[in-house]
Amino acid sequence: MNKLNPTQIAWRAAQDIADGAYVNLGIGLPELVARFQPPGRQAIFHTENGILGFGEAPAAGQEDWDLINAGKKAVTLNPGTAFFHHADSFAMVRGGHLDVAILGAYEVAENGDLANWSTGPNGVPAVGGAMDLVHGAKRVAVITDHITKDGKAKLVKRCTLPLTGVQCVTRIYTSLALIDIVDAHFVLREKLSSISLDELQALTGAELHVVGAVADLIVPDV
Amino acid sequence: MDKTIATLREAVSGIDDGMTVMIGGFGGSGAPIELIHALIDRFVQTRHPTNLTVVNNNAGNGHVGLAALIEQGMVSKLICSFPRSADPRVFTDLYLAGKIELELVPQGTLAERIRAGGAGIPAFYTPTGYGTDLAKGKPVEEFEGRPYIRERWLKADFALVKAHLGDTFGNLTFNKAARNFNPLMCMAAQTTIVQVSSIVRPGDIDPETVVTPGIFVQGLVEVAEPAQEETLNRANAVYPEVVQ
Repeated sequence: MNKLNPTQIAWRAAQDIADGAYVNLGIGLPELVARFQPPGRQAIFHTENGILGFGEAPAAGQEDWDLINAGKKAVTLNPGTAFFHHADSFAMVRGGHLDVAILGAYEVAENGDLANWSTGPNGVPAVGGAMDLVHGAKRVAVITDHITKDGKAKLVKRCTLPLTGVQCVTRIYTSLALIDIVDAHFVLREKLSSISLDELQALTGAELHVVGAVADLIVPDV
Repeated sequence: MDKTIATLREAVSGIDDGMTVMIGGFGGSGAPIELIHALIDRFVQTRHPTNLTVVNNNAGNGHVGLAALIEQGMVSKLICSFPRSADPRVFTDLYLAGKIELELVPQGTLAERIRAGGAGIPAFYTPTGYGTDLAKGKPVEEFEGRPYIRERWLKADFALVKAHLGDTFGNLTFNKAARNFNPLMCMAAQTTIVQVSSIVRPGDIDPETVVTPGIFVQGLVEVAEPAQEETLNRANAVYPEVVQ
């Protein structure tokens, strides 16, 4: 089956970020989104540990370990950076000041519930900023493979894993489709032309609604 | 008035068994490694302090700093948001063996609880965590049609903090993202001890650039070239060093 690779999913998500948007990218796959800002647009990236306007990773050996992102990776600064403490950082998050948060997911439910912090009771639980980020950003988007590695649906009727937040996700970018959550329904906006609606539905754990035209999901080789 | 403390050893001498200690930093960024190591030195010599409750965003990395403090068995409870790191074995092993208690708090809630503790606000409502396992047992109230959960302030007996410059009144600046939890913890502890790269005279820090006003600081100790946790870990450092 044709599907987008993670970098391509990130590319598609990046196309929806407006010029001047304040954006938080989750650790891991969502970080790739920063690479694909469309020409002429400039987003300002927020990291929970107190930076607005950080840039690329520095060259090896040039790291300043007081200058890291939420994933504890070294970053550089773009012109116009601001530093702030953690309470201000999460005021930006909860206070509705961020335009977009893009996060990973274990499961997303059709009502917008997100599970992305815990795979169950084993091991050491760790939540970080995930539960804060799903509240407050004007748009909370998820980027994810459409199905798990062993073929199970990640887009589901109700999450079975511990929740990160309730009714918080508004858009899902997957390896096969772009889906909005509207009134507790999955609404299909774009899909790869190589997959039929029936095939896509079979890989999705809740009903896909079609409202108007479904566009082809077209992404360059990146 | 001069809040300077001459030695690291003296700086951590007031921390007793059973106390709650906030330790600044986010991972290694802004972590007061030398103050933590001074506390370990005291423990190695005197077997005190022990049974500490530590508040930090993380649970240490490798075998230095907070991880080393935990490895010594000095910490009975950790309040944090993300007890994982590149090398979390020290905490993970103790936790899975049931030898250390964990209170897991969402990162923004942790920051706000500390800020509230310092600001005299006993509780507040937040949307974070509503409907999740971490909201269990917490009162819920609706505001403007949305549910929020009540969270309580967090205070400490001591805060161990790392800053960049400090004047002898305790006014502080921080280096880049090493600010993180440090200014909040300064506010929330009964006694805040800060290690700074340089202690300067009152007036040497432009008042416009002061991040933490000296009223929140009780003691300062100079550590001219502080170690970075990441650098120590890349060198596979272990604290205290094993003497062959």
